[in-house]
Amino acid sequence: MLTNEIIQQKLTEKFGDALTQWEQPYGMLTFTAPKEMNLKVLQFLIDDQELGFDFLTDLQAVHYPDNKGAELAVVYHLHNWKENVRIRFKVFTAIEQPDVFSATALYQSANFMERETYDFYGVNFVGHPNLIRILNVDEMDYFPLRKEYPLEDQTRIDKDDEMFGRG
Amino acid sequence: MSEHILLPEGSLEKQTTTLNLGPTHPATHGVFQNILELDGERVMKATSTVGYIHRAFEKIAERRALYQITPLTDRLNYCSSPINNMGWHLTCEKLLGVSTPKRVDYLRVIIMELARIADHLICNSIVGVDSGAYSGFLYVMQYRELIYEIYEEVCGSRLTTNIGRIGGFERNFTNAAFEKLEKFLDEKTGYPAQLREFEKLFTRNRIFMERTIGCGPISAERAKNYGFTGPNLRAAGIDYDVRHHNPYSSYEDFDFAIPVGTTGDCYDRFLVRNEEMWQSLSIIKQAYRKVQGFTGAEADVYHADVPAYYLPEKKDVYTKMEALIYHFKIIMGEADIPAGEVYHSVEGANGELGYYLISDGGRTPYRLHFRRPCFIYYQAYPELIQGGMLSDAVITMSSLNLIAGELDA
Repeated sequence: MLTNEIIQQKLTEKFGDALTQWEQPYGMLTFTAPKEMNLKVLQFLIDDQELGFDFLTDLQAVHYPDNKGAELAVVYHLHNWKENVRIRFKVFTAIEQPDVFSATALYQSANFMERETYDFYGVNFVGHPNLIRILNVDEMDYFPLRKEYPLEDQTRIDKDDEMFGRG
Repeated sequence: MSEHILLPEGSLEKQTTTLNLGPTHPATHGVFQNILELDGERVMKATSTVGYIHRAFEKIAERRALYQITPLTDRLNYCSSPINNMGWHLTCEKLLGVSTPKRVDYLRVIIMELARIADHLICNSIVGVDSGAYSGFLYVMQYRELIYEIYEEVCGSRLTTNIGRIGGFERNFTNAAFEKLEKFLDEKTGYPAQLREFEKLFTRNRIFMERTIGCGPISAERAKNYGFTGPNLRAAGIDYDVRHHNPYSSYEDFDFAIPVGTTGDCYDRFLVRNEEMWQSLSIIKQAYRKVQGFTGAEADVYHADVPAYYLPEKKDVYTKMEALIYHFKIIMGEADIPAGEVYHSVEGANGELGYYLISDGGRTPYRLHFRRPCFIYYQAYPELIQGGMLSDAVITMSSLNLIAGELDA
């Protein structure tokens, strides 16, 4: 039985204090790794006999504009099918230099997912074979899912944020 | 393959033909573009372009309250919208900590399995159409109509259903809905008889077998590495099914088998989908029996008792004070939404459909990401068709069950 505690223990043994922010929101083990270490962590999670997280369920980014110096988070969801355990891990990167190593060498499935993440957030996946826009038009010169691009005209007073629970 | 001599790129003697298959090609069933390098009729290289109907759902969702996101999920895999809707409701319920009564779960299972059948029958009959057998498509199409009539009876719409609410359904199932369900399930005149007929047409049909066996195959390891889920993965031989691995909506109460294939080619995918339809029929029957088992007040339960999140029925809003208050609270964003991040997935008709929702406690999601199964496994398409004939490329595409709406979100 592979429990969250065992996973956390094994990862801590291997990487020490480099992995931080251990949480278990809604039962899914979540932690943060330094962005230089993302491939090492992924590789270890695949290679370790006991862990065996060899299915990349999902990969996406989140933008936290107030988190200065680490505005963009790239989130990996991994799944061990044999033990049926999921984990989530994040790497944070500064928005001025959003370089993160690409996981395409480990997972073919990361190809489109990283392109999508680049397309919407501008995360530059170093080592990706074909990092171009995927869903948006090629001519687009900004990254639309970043928080600085509001969806609606912010001067509209009838849709003031305060009325929508976010004052 | 080895006897083909490839000339250098840009060479005057270059002998391959470039074919732009799509975005609006009659053989692609949706907005898919593939630029193929052809040597005669053989595909040497394929480059996929996606995004023709991208609608920025993830951005739109960031300005929408939780109950307003269901219409967006409708438009992902529009062949089985109810599964997407239920998946979204289940995600919200997980975030909000709402647990639903058993009757709601079983009703949801009925609707979700009907949607799975509707999706699989389209996909499988389209494989038939692309291999030159049109009649199977017409055979099963009228039964999709019966499924749509059931949706209509429950929620009022047919294709983009927007069915259900956070906490349950918008109204109780009427007797007419159950009558229509019985009509659909009838062994002699309903869908089972038609499905048998459909299988007779295809499963051991020499021409169909010759056409699909060995066409677009993928090994289990490659499929896993490419992020395959759903029937396409199971056709390659891995028995991963979210309904079994992470049961939601009380799937653990049902008996069903997970069919698997061996070679992952078009024929195996076809067989897996066919068998899944039988399993779905069995699940629906079990669920219907369980629903019939509820008596008295229990038989009227169609939503969880969570007034703070469940958008009340309109007739209550007009007649009851409390319902009116909660209606306004929910619409005006006064409902207490906890901050947190949650990933929830359901077994969509073509794979694991996941929702990654980050809430900051506001009325709308801070970030919502859809894990769309066909977006992820579409990457394997160039590899699947490489070295095969052009007509195999067409049939492989339809047997992968690619839905443009889901691909482009």
